[in-house]
Amino acid sequence: MNLNKNSYIISFASIMVIVVAALLALTSIKLTPYQDRNIELEKKQNILQSIGFTKILRDSSELPYSKYIIEEIVLDIDGNVLDGAAFDIDLGVELKKDSADQKLPLYVSLLDDGSKCYIIPLRGKGLWGPIWGYIALKEDINTVFGAIFAHKTETPGLGAEINQPFFQEPFKGKKIYNEENEFVSITVKKGGAPKGSMHSVDAISGGTITSDGVTEMIYDRVRWYLPYLNKNKPAINKPVINDTVVNDTIININLISKVDE
Amino acid sequence: MSKKALFSKKDKLLLTDPLDDNNPVTVQVLGICSALAITVQLKPAIVMAISVLFVLSVANVIVSLMRNLIPSRIRIIVQLVVIATLVILVDEVLKAFVYDVSKELSVFVGLIITNCIIMGRLEAFAMANSPWESFLDGLGNSFGYGWILVAVAFFRELLGSGTLYGIPVLEKLGVYDHGYENNGMMILPPMALVTVGIIIWIQRKKNKKLIESN
Repeated sequence: MNLNKNSYIISFASIMVIVVAALLALTSIKLTPYQDRNIELEKKQNILQSIGFTKILRDSSELPYSKYIIEEIVLDIDGNVLDGAAFDIDLGVELKKDSADQKLPLYVSLLDDGSKCYIIPLRGKGLWGPIWGYIALKEDINTVFGAIFAHKTETPGLGAEINQPFFQEPFKGKKIYNEENEFVSITVKKGGAPKGSMHSVDAISGGTITSDGVTEMIYDRVRWYLPYLNKNKPAINKPVINDTVVNDTIININLISKVDE
Repeated sequence: MSKKALFSKKDKLLLTDPLDDNNPVTVQVLGICSALAITVQLKPAIVMAISVLFVLSVANVIVSLMRNLIPSRIRIIVQLVVIATLVILVDEVLKAFVYDVSKELSVFVGLIITNCIIMGRLEAFAMANSPWESFLDGLGNSFGYGWILVAVAFFRELLGSGTLYGIPVLEKLGVYDHGYENNGMMILPPMALVTVGIIIWIQRKKNKKLIESN
């Protein structure tokens, strides 16, 4: 048989493509339910980790999730509550829309000591691909209760370390408002956070772009939730929000790091 | 088939040759890109080595089985399709059943497809040899690739972060108390190249066969 006849080459290629396509499509169809289940459980595990349940395994995150997460809310950027399932919102899709059209999922948890936590899902850009995470704010809508981050394709040993406890732990207790009640978010600082700083944490050596991505992600996501959260804040210590100040900080991200320093 | 026929002297050479005399990384200088990219820590390096082991030996067998049917004009495309299909299959199965490992692998899956060692062995060996020999050749070359990867990652993780497989060994040994500091340079990509260079240096010092005569 002449292996170099055009007709043979074309039929060989066609059969190969059909066989491979069928094989891959079949695997994909058969395995998708398992994969989706893993992703769902991991999301629940991540949300629980942000409120301190760091030891929970992915496979057993279902039960504690339904116990501690008491509300799943969908918001618009003006802080109005919308209909819909917060858990099913894909932030990756939402972020591609205009900010005015975005739906914002918010999770509320009730901890064992009776205090509430507001868990804000984050999503932003790392060096190679998306990074995401969850940041839990205490009832005062100021102090961070916990934060967890994850990534898809950051550099192992460098940017990828954002999913490690040593990076996430320092976020605890940091505040997103400064003394003047301006929203300053939390900065991941190259060269190390100043001692005693309430608004910055250490960056990762060699992972500057991923670290900056985390800074930007926290700032960019949390600010949209503030109208709703401030409405629901306990009456004491309610910050007086000066509209012009908030707008200024939003326009100029550099200002924040200055305020922070 | 007797055991001797299964494992002839030539077969043994297929397994051992790529470890030293014909190492894909240090002698043929293939697969360098992944050797630089993923050797900051031991764990991803080991996972990568195992994945390459699987993909290379299975791809070698498949291409070897088809070697008399593949039209030579499109053989490179066929090889690429075989590799890519295997990698996607592995990725899908990992995602469904061992999700944590698949997260560990995330970046490297793409790197496996572009690893020149795999294409190199398919083209140079599997296209002309029997499935069993190709399988052994695949194993040998992945071990040759794997041990370099693990060796580089060992030194980079130990000297760069003071840990091994995530375990803070230097801290446990108490060397920091004597004023020792981690060398941050080791976690940057250029030091992988330097480490590979040092391995090549030592290897050539010991193995005179590798020195070109001129």
